[in-house]
Amino acid sequence: METFANLADGFAIALTWQNLLLALLGCFLGTVMGALPGLGPSNGVAILIPLAFTLGLGATPSLILLTSVYYGAMYGGRISSILLNIPGDEPAMMTCLDGYPMAQKGMAGQALSLSGIASFVGAFFATWGLIFLAPQLVKIALLFGPAEYFALFALAFMTLGGVSSTNQAKSAFAAALGLGLATVGVDTQTGVPRFTFGEVHLYDGLDFLVAIVGLFALSEVFIFLENRHGNSDAKKSKLVIGRLTTPLSMLKTCTPTMLRTSVLGFLAGVLPGAGASLGSFISYSMEKRLVDKEGTFGTGDPRGVAAPEAGNNAAAGGALVPMLALGVPGSGTTAVLLAVLLSLNITPGPLLFANNPDVVWGLIAALFIANLMLLAMNIPMVSLFTRLLLIPPRILMPIVAMVSFVGIYGISGSSFDLLVMIGFGVMGWVLRKLDVPLVPIILGTLLGNAMENNLRRAITIDNGNWFTLIDSPLAIGLWVVAIIGFVLPLIFGRKVRAGMHQRRDEESSITD
Amino acid sequence: MLFNASRLAIAAAILCTSTLAASAQNYSPENPECIAPANPGGGWDFTCRQVGKSLQDQGLLDSTMQVVNLAGGGGGVAFAEVVNKRGDDNDLIVAASSATATRLAQGAYPGNTMDQVRWLASIGADYGVIAVAADSEIADLPQLLEIIKTDPTAISLAGGSGVGGWDHLKVLIAAREFGVQDVRTVKYIAFDGGGEAVTQLLAGSVQAFTGDLSEARGFVESGDIRVIAVLAPERLGGEFAEMPTAREQGIDAIGANWRGFYAPGGMSDAAYDAWVAKIADLYASDAWKEVMEANGLAPLDLQGAAFEEFVSSSVNQIQQISREIGIIK
Repeated sequence: METFANLADGFAIALTWQNLLLALLGCFLGTVMGALPGLGPSNGVAILIPLAFTLGLGATPSLILLTSVYYGAMYGGRISSILLNIPGDEPAMMTCLDGYPMAQKGMAGQALSLSGIASFVGAFFATWGLIFLAPQLVKIALLFGPAEYFALFALAFMTLGGVSSTNQAKSAFAAALGLGLATVGVDTQTGVPRFTFGEVHLYDGLDFLVAIVGLFALSEVFIFLENRHGNSDAKKSKLVIGRLTTPLSMLKTCTPTMLRTSVLGFLAGVLPGAGASLGSFISYSMEKRLVDKEGTFGTGDPRGVAAPEAGNNAAAGGALVPMLALGVPGSGTTAVLLAVLLSLNITPGPLLFANNPDVVWGLIAALFIANLMLLAMNIPMVSLFTRLLLIPPRILMPIVAMVSFVGIYGISGSSFDLLVMIGFGVMGWVLRKLDVPLVPIILGTLLGNAMENNLRRAITIDNGNWFTLIDSPLAIGLWVVAIIGFVLPLIFGRKVRAGMHQRRDEESSITD
Repeated sequence: MLFNASRLAIAAAILCTSTLAASAQNYSPENPECIAPANPGGGWDFTCRQVGKSLQDQGLLDSTMQVVNLAGGGGGVAFAEVVNKRGDDNDLIVAASSATATRLAQGAYPGNTMDQVRWLASIGADYGVIAVAADSEIADLPQLLEIIKTDPTAISLAGGSGVGGWDHLKVLIAAREFGVQDVRTVKYIAFDGGGEAVTQLLAGSVQAFTGDLSEARGFVESGDIRVIAVLAPERLGGEFAEMPTAREQGIDAIGANWRGFYAPGGMSDAAYDAWVAKIADLYASDAWKEVMEANGLAPLDLQGAAFEEFVSSSVNQIQQISREIGIIK
């Protein structure tokens, strides 16, 4: 087959000692950057661009370095989610939900290696998807007009209910709060600033990275400060690390989950504007709907760790499809990669596969290499990472606070963002006291803008006709799934919830 | 319109730079820094990184230019930072484009005006295009504008900038030239970037696209979209020669998205002249011509005072249109 011949050429380009070393370097740096709260894949890649330029690397080696960082960061984000309940980047948010409870149960090592394997599976299938389906997948992206995007985002919110709280009302409140926060900034559809109070820093809206670090990391620090007089160390010191590898039985139960969510995440990644966060989110909530008969999701179910990790790494691969084939970045990171391609005199777009096959296939081969390398690197490193848990909170928490401040300041270079972050930290602390889940808030801020803009685009295009929202088979299909996802739990939910409450009483486990 | 002035300006610029070049080489920035007033991946980020790389490759800078991304407020955060805190920094330049001028003209950087900084030089321009899908029935620009004139609801135009942004204004300039009475009725749909807007044109959600040539060229080459007008003074060279200009279709509309730099208002004359000379040398090099070609940038060779003049005249023009369409009072 021609494809395999091309791929072999790609490997021939990618497999040199220099490129392998670059991939190794990229994977390592990416993992570290992904694990640090605040520094996500897009900043990670952006930071390394000058390095690629200064080393005078050609197109393929530069791309190998930068995509290794990209994949590495997608791997690394899970580490702090699982160990500290602080997502390293936004797609890793969903991994907190089951990963942290697993760590609390003494299964941190297992959670880390399972999520490493899930990441590998997701990225592996996504890369194959990229090879075989890229030209066809572009057609999927073209099926999505504003009305369809709105239906897709609505689906995300309608399946939100059961995600992170047993109390639906609190989830809805959190989502509404997030949507409200998303309205801050200049409205692109009219050019009018909303809720900015003349403050130029707010014109671009609230940065969700700032919101995440504030809500998750800082509020954790505040809670620690509050409990310091009590003996919060006692709780932590009970933690055992447990075995470091994933038992085969656990892998077996998770395999169908990983396969399903790889497909789902990949598709979410292919859609420009949806990206990895939506991939991991939809993977988690769909998987919960599908297999969570006993209501164990959210209390440390391994499948709840495997689902979002496979989903977000598959989405990372999927996001490369519109970037390469259309020149449209599907996420912040692919926007950076696109800029790199452009500055290397390569124009992504419909003709890239025909005009620059060496670059495309070299890149794809690099993705395989990076992925394998990350798996090989991450599994032995699990024991190193888990040692983090042995650090007493009185030392760890100041470090978390420091990394948060330095990370956010390093990205935006603005002290205003630090104040916003502190604001979010206080808000997170209050909301945790009220047992309001934090994940829907982030989802609201993350997706709110895109959802609103697409609704208004759709309505404007059709001159104010609201029926345009259900004007295509695809839109209708998405709405049906959304409504089923919303209504079914209301009918069957009572039984499940009763079971959940019982378990919660037994374990008095934590919601995030 | 814009270019009648700029032709003169180009002539003036050539005179200026030749005299500048002699005196300017004394100053050399120790820690050159470029602020990209947006997140990595956008046009401003590209401007900083590409120019930084090329300056170093050409030996015009001894050390690597550090690129700082200072996003926020559509460039307003960076502008305020430069004006308020880095007013006399001699090593600092900031990426700018038509979007910067548009926002300054519309007062979207609260309390800031273009006089507060020194405008250095342009590094090229990206001409505006209006395009339709390859299988569209619309053959040329007058036909498109005629449909808009009779029934504005029939055509949705997609662009990558917000309402009141440059992609929007360009098409309004054309519509006004054609004689559309109330340009506010033109239906413009704002997307997050030109790529997304083109994708929606391909998807059939909208009927026309307004944006920069560089955003459209990949799809033109593949035959997916058809450019019905380039908003350039005359036909472009090379592979773009087939595209008709708006002017030859009887609509005297010109819109260029220029890229360039400004520097802090308190930068010393020696440093200002040195930066202007460096960018002028870069612009004149063959390597930069290749970069421009690869990125779909057309020539726009303005430095120092001529560039300052050019920005000032485009700010005035944008203010005038924005007032007409009611974006500013």
